[in-house]
Amino acid sequence: MTYALMVQGAPYSQQASHSALRFAEALPAQGHRVATVFFYHDGIYNAASMMTPPRDEPHLLERWRALHKAQQCELLVCVASAVRRGLLDEGEARRHGHSHSTLEAPFELTGLGQLMQAAFLHDRLITFAP
Amino acid sequence: MESKSILVIVRHPPHGSSWVREGLETALVGAALGQPPTLLFSGDGVLALLAQQQRGALGQKGSAAMLEGLSLYDIEPLWYDQYSFESRGIDVEQLIPGCQQGCIAEMIARHDVVMSF
Repeated sequence: MTYALMVQGAPYSQQASHSALRFAEALPAQGHRVATVFFYHDGIYNAASMMTPPRDEPHLLERWRALHKAQQCELLVCVASAVRRGLLDEGEARRHGHSHSTLEAPFELTGLGQLMQAAFLHDRLITFAP
Repeated sequence: MESKSILVIVRHPPHGSSWVREGLETALVGAALGQPPTLLFSGDGVLALLAQQQRGALGQKGSAAMLEGLSLYDIEPLWYDQYSFESRGIDVEQLIPGCQQGCIAEMIARHDVVMSF
């Protein structure tokens, strides 16, 4: 089966993103894969490009990147949630007059329509919320 | 695109966080795509259905105006969970128009996709 995950919890503050990663990483062993991860609400902070955790803690950004590489999943970030909280890709940064971006590939800014599309397209949608 | 029925559950109170607004925005996008979701208020979420709410001092947009406009997008009725409702001492007369009592288990079973806020 293909899975879509919606992640609503901030990294390191709540369990939601850690649980979502563990769930996604475990899927291939059961013959499944995650196709879309949609970050919403405080979950968008998972895409902060300068995330720098202490060495003895899991590096969630690296884990998302590795997941993207291993399962070719799209990492979609709600643009309305992200921009107001300060996460902007190069295009948005330029548009709003900022000198640099705070979000980069493989994360992509998208609208809520993509969340709906993921729900329609994939076999399961699982919400990871605080 | 395959069509699926969507249930949006709002379980956070209307003030102090952006959960209700973000849940409602998701429901509205579903309606804009021609798939008006079923909207259910559960837990502290039922407090969003109380009439005569104003926006708070935090400068966050309130959810009351959004709730009143949902029927324009075919998101109606506004379902609420009876237990959440009674355990908070709320009376039917205190609610905004368009609310209806629903059974959570039955509603979850009947929908293809459940989104929780």
